[in-house]
Amino acid sequence: MLEVFIFATLNGLVTGLLLFMLASGLTLIFSMMGVLNFAHASFYMLGAYFAYSISLYFGFWSGLIFAPIIVGVLGALVERYGLRRVHQQGHVAELVFTFGLAFLIEEAVQFFWGADTKNYQSPDLLDFPLFTLFGQEFPAYRGFMIGISVAIFIGLYYVLTKSRIGIIIQAAITHPHTVSNLGHNVPLIFMGVFGVGSALAGVAGVIAGPVLTTFPGMAVVLGSIVFVIVVIGGLGSLAGAFIASILIGLLQSYAIASNLGMPDLLNLLGLEFGRDHPLTDLWTLTLPQIAPILPFLLLVLVLIFRPTGLMGKREQ
Amino acid sequence: MLNVTNLHAYYGKSHILQGVNFNIKEGEIVSLLGRNGVGRSTTVKTIMGEVEPQGSIQFKNIEIAGKKSFEIANMGLGYVPENRDIFPTLTVRQNLLLGQKSDASSSRWSIEEMFGMFPNLGERAEVAGGVLSGGEQQMLCMCRTLMGDPELIMIDEPTEGLAPKIVEQVAELLQEIANRGVAILLVEQKLSIALKISHRLYVMGHGQIVYEGTPDSLMAADDVRAEWLEV
Repeated sequence: MLEVFIFATLNGLVTGLLLFMLASGLTLIFSMMGVLNFAHASFYMLGAYFAYSISLYFGFWSGLIFAPIIVGVLGALVERYGLRRVHQQGHVAELVFTFGLAFLIEEAVQFFWGADTKNYQSPDLLDFPLFTLFGQEFPAYRGFMIGISVAIFIGLYYVLTKSRIGIIIQAAITHPHTVSNLGHNVPLIFMGVFGVGSALAGVAGVIAGPVLTTFPGMAVVLGSIVFVIVVIGGLGSLAGAFIASILIGLLQSYAIASNLGMPDLLNLLGLEFGRDHPLTDLWTLTLPQIAPILPFLLLVLVLIFRPTGLMGKREQ
Repeated sequence: MLNVTNLHAYYGKSHILQGVNFNIKEGEIVSLLGRNGVGRSTTVKTIMGEVEPQGSIQFKNIEIAGKKSFEIANMGLGYVPENRDIFPTLTVRQNLLLGQKSDASSSRWSIEEMFGMFPNLGERAEVAGGVLSGGEQQMLCMCRTLMGDPELIMIDEPTEGLAPKIVEQVAELLQEIANRGVAILLVEQKLSIALKISHRLYVMGHGQIVYEGTPDSLMAADDVRAEWLEV
C-alpha cells in the first residue's frame, strides 16, 4: 500500500508540475490580455513536434534547447501581428482568434507531421531507474521532468519578483498606462511575456512528448485540463494555478493508482446488486475509470461553490 | 520648452479640449487652474498621449502629438497623475526603481536622496506601497516620476485631499524640483500653492484657456477669479 502511495505521489507531482508549466504561462497571458488564450496548449504541442524533428537529427538535448526558442518566437509573432490587431475589436474577437488559431495549429501539425503518433523518445542518457523502492523502479526521466520544472519555476519566480524587468512586468499587468507614462514600452513587454509564456508551454511539450505520446490530439487532451486548472486556481493567480496544478496532478494520479470502485462502496454500505441489473455499468465503475473526468467534476463544484476559484479575486 | 497650439481632444463624441494654447519655458513653474470638468486633466493626459490629440504639441521643438506615452516620457516629459497611481503590491523602493530609466547614472535624482528628503518613505522602503497614507503615496508618486529625470514635470492636483502639513511638504518638493532646473506644469483647482510658487498662471474654462497672467495680476483680477475659479 505504501509503495503505491509513494509512486502515485511522485507521478502526480510530475503531472502537476507539467500542468503548471502550461498554467503559469496561460495565467500570465490572461492577466495581461484579460482573455484566455485557447491556443496556449497548441504551443505545447508545437514544442513536442519541433523537439521530435530536431531530435531526429541532433538528439534530444538540442530539441530541449531549440524547440522552446522557436515556439517562443512564434508566440511573440502571434501576439505582435495577430492578437495586438484583434485586441482593438474587443475580448470576443480575441477569444475567437485564439480559438481559430488552435484549430489552425492542429491542422498544420497534421499536414506537416501526419496524423499518426510520433516515435519521440526520451534520451538514452536518462534511460535507467532513478531508484528502486519495494521492487518498483522510478524512471530517471521522470525525476528529470521534476527537476527541470522546479528549476524553471525558481528561475521564473526570481525574475518576476527580484529583477527590474520582473517588477516592470508586474506593474505593467495591473497599471499599463502608468508604466507607459514612466517611459517603459508596454506593448514590447506584453509581446515578451507572450513569447516567454509560449516558450514555457513549448518546454512542457518537449519534456512531456516522450511520456504522454506525441500526436495531433495532445493539445486538446492537456489543454482542457489546463483551462480547468486556471479556473479552479482563480483566473490570474499564479499561486492559485500552482496549487490547482499540483492538486489535479495528485488527484488524477491517486485515482488511477487506487483500485477502489463502486463495488467497494456498495459493500461498505451493505448493499448488493446482481450482475444482470440494468445499471450494472454504474455499479461496477472503478476510480481509475472515472479519473479522467475528475478535473471537470472539480471544475463544476468550484464554479458552483466558489466561483472566483481558490485564490482568485472577485471581479469588480 | 513646451508649446501647445490649438489643441483639441474628444472623449467619444464630447468635445473636451476646444483649442487650447499655452507654453512653458525652460525652468519655469506654470500653473493650470480652473474648476472641475473644464479640461485641465484632459490637457495633460492629451499631452502625454493617453488621449488622442488633434493640433500641435511641441516639446523641445519636436512635434510629440501622435507619439506613444513611453516615447514622450523618454524624451524627458514626466507626468504625475491625479489618482496617485502607485503600484500597491510593490515596495516603496520597487516603485521608485520603476521610475528609473534604463540609463539612470546621469539622473539628477537618486533613491537615497529621495529617502533623505522624505524620511517617512525611507523608513518604509521595503513596505508595500499600498499601505502608505494618502500623503505618502503622493510623495512616492512624485518621487517616482522624478527618478526618470524629466526636464518638465506635469503634476495633476498633488494636494487634493491632503492635510495642510503635507501640502507644505508638497510645496517644498516643488520648490526643490524648480531649484534643480526642472520646469513644472502644476494643475490645480485651489490657488494656495499655485499663487505662491508659480511664475505664470493659466486659467481654463470650457475647454479653452480663458486667462493668462502672473500671480500678482490674477490677484488683482477679481472678475476672472469670480467667473472662472471661485466655487
